[in-house]
Amino acid sequence: MSDTNTERPAIACKGITKVFGTVVANDSVDLQVKYGEILALLGENGSGKTTLMNMLSGIYHPDGGQILIDGKEVVISSPIDADALGIGMIHQHFKLVEVQSAMENIVLGTKGKLPKTKQLRRDILAISEKFGLEINPDQKIYEMSVSEKQTVEILKVLYRGARILILDEPTAVLTPQETQKLFAILRKMREEGAAVIIITHKLNEVMEISDRVTILRKGKSIDTVITKETSPQKLTELMVGHEVTLEIRRPEYEDPSDLLHVFHLKVDKPDGSAGLKDVNFVLKRGEILGVAGVAGSGQKELCESIAGLIPVKEGAILYEKKDLKGKTPNEIINMGIHMSFVPEDRLGMGLVASMGMVDNMLLKSYKNTKGPFVRRKPARKMAKELVKKLDIKTPSVDMPVRMMSGGNVQKVLLGREIESRPNVLITAYPVRGLDINSSYTIYDLLNQQKQKGVAVMFIGEDLDVLLALSDRIMVLCHGEVTGIVDAKQATKEQIGLMMAGAGEREVMGHE
Amino acid sequence: MSMFVKFLVAAVGSGTPLLFGTLGEIVNEKAGHLNLGVEGMMSLGACAGFMVGYVSDNFLLALLAAFAAGALGGLLYAVLTVTFMADQNVTGLTLTIFGIGLSNFIGIYMLGRSETGSLKLPETITRQMRNIHIPKLSDLPVVGELLFSYNPFVYLGIALAILLAFYFKRTKTGLNVRAIGENPGAAAAAGIPVTKWKYLHLLLGGGICGIGGAYCVMIINGGVWISNSVGGLGWIAVALVIFATWSPAKALFGSLVFGALRVLKYYNFFKLDIPIAIYDMLPFLVTALVLVLTSIRQSREKAQPASCGVNYFREER
Ligand SMILES: Nc1ncnc2c1ncn2[C@@H]1O[C@H](COP(=O)(O)OP(=O)(O)O)[C@@H](O)[C@H]1O
Ligand SMILES: [Mg+2]
Repeated sequence: MSDTNTERPAIACKGITKVFGTVVANDSVDLQVKYGEILALLGENGSGKTTLMNMLSGIYHPDGGQILIDGKEVVISSPIDADALGIGMIHQHFKLVEVQSAMENIVLGTKGKLPKTKQLRRDILAISEKFGLEINPDQKIYEMSVSEKQTVEILKVLYRGARILILDEPTAVLTPQETQKLFAILRKMREEGAAVIIITHKLNEVMEISDRVTILRKGKSIDTVITKETSPQKLTELMVGHEVTLEIRRPEYEDPSDLLHVFHLKVDKPDGSAGLKDVNFVLKRGEILGVAGVAGSGQKELCESIAGLIPVKEGAILYEKKDLKGKTPNEIINMGIHMSFVPEDRLGMGLVASMGMVDNMLLKSYKNTKGPFVRRKPARKMAKELVKKLDIKTPSVDMPVRMMSGGNVQKVLLGREIESRPNVLITAYPVRGLDINSSYTIYDLLNQQKQKGVAVMFIGEDLDVLLALSDRIMVLCHGEVTGIVDAKQATKEQIGLMMAGAGEREVMGHE
Repeated sequence: MSMFVKFLVAAVGSGTPLLFGTLGEIVNEKAGHLNLGVEGMMSLGACAGFMVGYVSDNFLLALLAAFAAGALGGLLYAVLTVTFMADQNVTGLTLTIFGIGLSNFIGIYMLGRSETGSLKLPETITRQMRNIHIPKLSDLPVVGELLFSYNPFVYLGIALAILLAFYFKRTKTGLNVRAIGENPGAAAAAGIPVTKWKYLHLLLGGGICGIGGAYCVMIINGGVWISNSVGGLGWIAVALVIFATWSPAKALFGSLVFGALRVLKYYNFFKLDIPIAIYDMLPFLVTALVLVLTSIRQSREKAQPASCGVNYFREER
């Protein structure tokens, strides 16, 4: 790594173009990265970042333009070529074989004979130690947490000795602590002389980790700036193409009254361990109740038990005076309660990925129509209205939703739920993986619902957002509520402490 | 006792075509393709094996022909599902119908040309595929009969099962192929040539099925051509793959069990007075039971390769 010329760019893209059907995903894009440098790639959802990176790693083929590695023009026609050129990519959606161990995934597709298991384990541990990674080489992927899976992806790349590392939204699924660990590894790689390209929507991360930033907008490379000489505000404006305010509104609702009471809620995880232990809280009309907590503190169980998707072990969930415990979603609807749940797993639980918008609308509304036939007309009208109202980018309302970018998928899902005029709206990580602009659209939507008197529960991960958007914040830690605080008064540090298990009284310093 | 030994020996004999079919389908499924054309590929193998044996009077040539015919069926399936991304189930079913039909058609054509009105394998080849006899070893009581008294197909099948078990467990290509079957996108991103390995394994699996088909007509039917000689064994093989939890080694055991079920009717151990038809039904009944039971007891490692049934297109999101 050390003998590479640092002046010549590791990768240079010149006029790269890629077209999918009628969509121009990349339109004459230019980009350069040097060895010993971290370049951030910034752009809204659907601006073509992933497409561009997939061409560097040989998954897609460019329709036009040149790619130069170490100054020489190359054709990367498959991941094998990319590997030979020293390019390693960590994909937005992990590319791992779930039933195989970390070790097996790491040697997968490498050249030469299969090394002896002992030797392989030793090699992997040696690399892990060098870069400060923690891994159990024998563990199966399906037993791993998201961040462990990512570690395997990183090791896959390091094991092959890649000198050019591409990471597509690696932090979207990580906690702040895990992100810091990842950044330490990236800095270490930069020291070792590697060239790193990282995609992230979080501007504070861009400011923290990158040396330069290249901005894409609608498939075109707009500008490349030096991180030290720019600001989040400027980056956002380059990204969306006009001036923006990075402020989240918190409108007031006239008379918030209690709507949902949760008493002594106990819920088990599928493996039998405790998911929620004795959770008590109230959700009011016209408020946004933020829920903070380290990933896996019981957020999933909380949402799903209230929505009637998983059984409640003990306790009560009272909507006005009606107990929802043990009721199925259908029974809840029949009680005249409109509960909307926007799950974290949008394409798994929320929408049918291979159906278009129209059919996805129907899934929610077909029950209201009489007779054995579906009526597509109203659904189509609704889909078209949503496209207009929420500025959803899709060539047609019949295109399978899986082809849409993350932000647009989220708008479809949230839009559909809101159309059913909910009384209670539960959203889990609604802006995960979304760019700034889409995120703000979502915040606005939630605020509109709140002003209509809907009780909104917002499971979030970005504390800045939680503090700015919510009225109150409930903090979960290991399935218990460590505190419910007024968002206008709490600080990030206080929430952080409660997330780690400190009680509300000791943190807030008063009753 | 000697009756029981005879039963076991017969079970091995009747399980062998199942073993080939099962191994072939395992190889296909490991590469991510649920191929319902096993019956068809076996039929093709039966026809090619028999006819080449009939004409050339050479066992090795017959074996090669059976393999090649099965592999050709596999190639057809691969072109349709890998390259043109046709639905795997439909393609497999079509292959079955096509294979049986073509094999019967050629059989009737050859029968029409034969002077005696029947087709029987000539002498040399019949001798070549007779049960082996190793002096001393084969004469040992019980053990000789149990281990050293079969036709060459049986030993070929056992060797193949062991080789495949080793291949999928210990070699890099085997690991890569398993990765393809689980998650072709991940495999491709790791630099594995997905299309190439899919084609090769679909051909290999088809060829193995073909040999199983040849066994049906050349051994079970005693070297006399009849139509529909495979007679549903291909379907049992598809179910046996599940019974064997996709493990070539366990396929050995599974085909022995199913072979035993198929010959049970000739050995009325329990002196039961039940219609023969019940015995004929047993393998299918057990298959149904196995399907139910295995779907209850699921562990991630012992399940069908995850991408089975789903075709892979690299630029798909
Ligand atoms: N495989 C594909 N088939 C069809 N359209 C695609 C495909 N991949 C991406 N696109 C389209 O190309 C555009 C850019 O997408 P992408 O590169 O994923 O954006 P980003 O990663 O910046 O969010 C989007 O409009 C998307 O719908
Ligand atoms: Mg992307």
